[in-house]
Amino acid sequence: MENKNWKAWLYLLPAIAFLGVFMVYPLADVLVYSFEEGYNSASQTFFGTGLYNYSYVLHDPYFLQAVKNTFILVIITVPVSTGIALLISLGLNSIRRLRELYQTVFFLPYVTNTLAVGLVFMILFKKTPYSDGMVNLLINWFGGESVDFIDGPYWAKMFVMCFYTVWVVMPFKILILTSALASVRQDYYNAAKIDGTSKWRIFTRITLPMISPMIFYLIITGFIGAFKAYSDEVALFGTDLNAAGMNTIVGYVYDMLYGDSGGYPSYASAAALILFAIVFTITVINLLISRKNVHY
Amino acid sequence: MKVVLDHLTKKFPSRNKKGDTVTAVSDFCFEVPDGSLIGLLGPSGCGKSTALNLICGLEKPTSGRIFFGDDDVTNLPPENRGVGLVFQNYALYPHLTVRQNILFPLQNLKGKDRLSKAEMLKKADEAAKLVQIEQLMDRKPSEMSGGQQQRVAIARALVKLPRVLLLDEPLSNLDARLRLQTREEIRRIQRDTGITTIFVTHDQEEAMSISDLIVVMKAGVVQQIGRPQEVYDDPANLFVAKFLGTPPINVFEGRVAGGKLFLGEDEVLRVAGVDDQPVWAGVRPEGFIPQEAGPLCCSLAGVEVMGRDTSVVSSHPAAENVSIRSIITAEHRIDKDAETVRFALKPNKVFLFRRDSEERIPFEAV
Amino acid sequence: MDYDVIEQRTRRRETLRKTLTYFFLSIWALIVLFPFYWMILSSLKSYSAYNSEYIPKFYTLAPTLQNYKDAFTAVPLSRYFLNTLIFTLVTTALMLVVILFAAFAFARLDFPGKNVVFALFLALMMIPNELVIITNFVTITDWGLRNTFTGLILPSVTSVFYIYLLKENFEQIPDELYKAAKVDGTSDLKYLFKVMLPICQPTMVTITILKIIECWNAYVWPRLITDDEAYFLVSNGIQEIRENGFGRENIPAMMAAVVVISVPLIVLFLIFRKKVMAGVSRGGTKG
Repeated sequence: MENKNWKAWLYLLPAIAFLGVFMVYPLADVLVYSFEEGYNSASQTFFGTGLYNYSYVLHDPYFLQAVKNTFILVIITVPVSTGIALLISLGLNSIRRLRELYQTVFFLPYVTNTLAVGLVFMILFKKTPYSDGMVNLLINWFGGESVDFIDGPYWAKMFVMCFYTVWVVMPFKILILTSALASVRQDYYNAAKIDGTSKWRIFTRITLPMISPMIFYLIITGFIGAFKAYSDEVALFGTDLNAAGMNTIVGYVYDMLYGDSGGYPSYASAAALILFAIVFTITVINLLISRKNVHY
Repeated sequence: MKVVLDHLTKKFPSRNKKGDTVTAVSDFCFEVPDGSLIGLLGPSGCGKSTALNLICGLEKPTSGRIFFGDDDVTNLPPENRGVGLVFQNYALYPHLTVRQNILFPLQNLKGKDRLSKAEMLKKADEAAKLVQIEQLMDRKPSEMSGGQQQRVAIARALVKLPRVLLLDEPLSNLDARLRLQTREEIRRIQRDTGITTIFVTHDQEEAMSISDLIVVMKAGVVQQIGRPQEVYDDPANLFVAKFLGTPPINVFEGRVAGGKLFLGEDEVLRVAGVDDQPVWAGVRPEGFIPQEAGPLCCSLAGVEVMGRDTSVVSSHPAAENVSIRSIITAEHRIDKDAETVRFALKPNKVFLFRRDSEERIPFEAV
Repeated sequence: MDYDVIEQRTRRRETLRKTLTYFFLSIWALIVLFPFYWMILSSLKSYSAYNSEYIPKFYTLAPTLQNYKDAFTAVPLSRYFLNTLIFTLVTTALMLVVILFAAFAFARLDFPGKNVVFALFLALMMIPNELVIITNFVTITDWGLRNTFTGLILPSVTSVFYIYLLKENFEQIPDELYKAAKVDGTSDLKYLFKVMLPICQPTMVTITILKIIECWNAYVWPRLITDDEAYFLVSNGIQEIRENGFGRENIPAMMAAVVVISVPLIVLFLIFRKKVMAGVSRGGTKG
């Protein structure tokens, strides 16, 4: 048996080694970094320990802007995308013909490189001296004024950011909700039909409670995902997100770490831990609410 | 409420080939008397569930009409028919309590049919009382036994006083002991309410025990309709004869020659009014009388004494199955160690069927 | 009660509902497909044609493949492509080996401390990438592995989630098979490859596809760890093209590059549509 134990650990060795070096150790390390004041990555020295890094980050206007952007993004995209995904899934489940085709099309954004397609969105929304772009053309048709969505006013940039985020996260939500809806037994609907239940009542009293666990799952993962938004923003506004005023918390972490404003792993660590604390708190709140509202 | 099924036919598009159709119910004609309990009986896939779905309106017939009383309901959606349906697995809403489940149909009513909250609660309580679940009203379905869930499902179907109550395999999800109890319960509830009730089952014993009338179906076609005892004593064809009765009927390859029925070499019965022909001969288990000089000679395989009755297992070269099961009363004694046993047959327990069409051939016992 | 009226009203309402549903679904399909259409369309317009359209046209009468040539010659697109291919294949292959052994140990072998270790593994699933990436960046830099494939690949060759998925799948294989194999004198390793792997092939395929998608779209880590164009992956490449490529703002060429980058995954998806969708709904969130 001794021999066997030894073998089992051998099988686990690669996984444990990689996880140890690239997950467990960094986890401890990031905490250490976040308390080391004035850490210099070139000389690997620091001059004190304490909460200074946190205080710095929390007073950094770029960070505050990033927090604001991230919160707006989360608050808008999570409900909007979940809501639209629910409508689309309901539609998908009520049709037979062309259903597979629609499902395939709706899934496409999932398998595309978000950086690449983000460029297309940028071009669609951007206003340049040569052309107002596709979207502005549409706006003009409806009698509106052209707006530069990429370098223009904050609300316009925020709109593109939210729009693109919704576009990107939709496939996953549609997929999950469609299969959740399909798994509600037909018997329940037949029973309701025989009792003459109205469509709306079937939806609110039967469908919604039955798929509520999946909806909450999507809301929770949606919150987590949206808080980690970063590469979609890079795709739309370029790598210098601070200049564009469209940075996110994760973007702030990476900018602190690397790039033109980089070289401050301590600040990055502090920011990352603050992000983690925010996400953790919100997830716990979500779970508590869902515990109360999800049936069975 | 009288229910009339008039040449009801339902075809489904076939799954494998395009354009092909599968006929689930074929030319179903039946007038269900008001206030009766009807058992729709048949093996799985015989179209009985489709028939039920047609009656409640979940499916639309390809042709034919359905009447509730004098109303033609053929094209009505289910909610306008006034039917109650109890599903095989009950379909109780898992997130609602028993009371909420029973209230559900009432809360759907609109306009002048709408009841006040107090009236709804009163009706729900009445329905619960009828099925004897008053003390469980605040439970969730998952906290109840199968039998209790079944009662809730019935209460939910009854609460809006349907014109017709339909039950889909009501007992199949219950264990043997509960089944016996519940079927009596269904009978009692039906009697108490007087609502015309149709239920679907594949279990002949279940159908025979509580129905006023049974409808035996096979491959979408109605084989026979009648009171359970009538159908048992007078089956229309070999299928019905085989489907009803436990232990099942014993089938022999026989032939009629010169007014006599032969099973193999044994001349067992004089049958008048039958042309000479090969036949299937069915003998109910209770149709055998052990006799020293009986005409049917079987090899004895075993004797099981079961209290009042004795079950004799034997075999015969002309029998379709390996063993013949006969039930004899205790006054006849069988020597367990004998190699053969001889029987005389009760003429009213013997049925003849055509070899080709398997239709019943009437005969007069002489 | 007039039954004909009821029936007619029901039917009319049904038709209306169907029409609205299809209309609504088609709108979303349009929103999804339009960017794809636009990128293909733009990639086929010539540079001068594109820039002369103050009001963008929804079609082109003179499609050209020049942009694709530019995309491959003016910027090292084929280099990015090759890098991504190497990165994707090596990472996926290494990860499959690592998770296969780990899942096997958890599912099949009994050793003291197994449950504790597995619980620790599961706990790691909760850790966001953003937390550990900082130290990993420093670690890889310290090891002098920036701008190397090793540096790119190493941190992403394990996935706790896939180990978990595979382990669950392995555990569904009945014990009897293992005992039978033991009676026949089959070694653990042979059993793993000859019995378990073939049985769990669908899960392996799913994991492979998900990992390939993940690798192909990787952006953050490659961006941190490479600043030499020779090691750029397509995501970084496209960003580089956007910021410095093609000299002028050559959008048609940029779109050609975007098309080239997007096609492989879309083709892969269309081939394995059912598997990809089943795999994703089993628990893969993007990123």
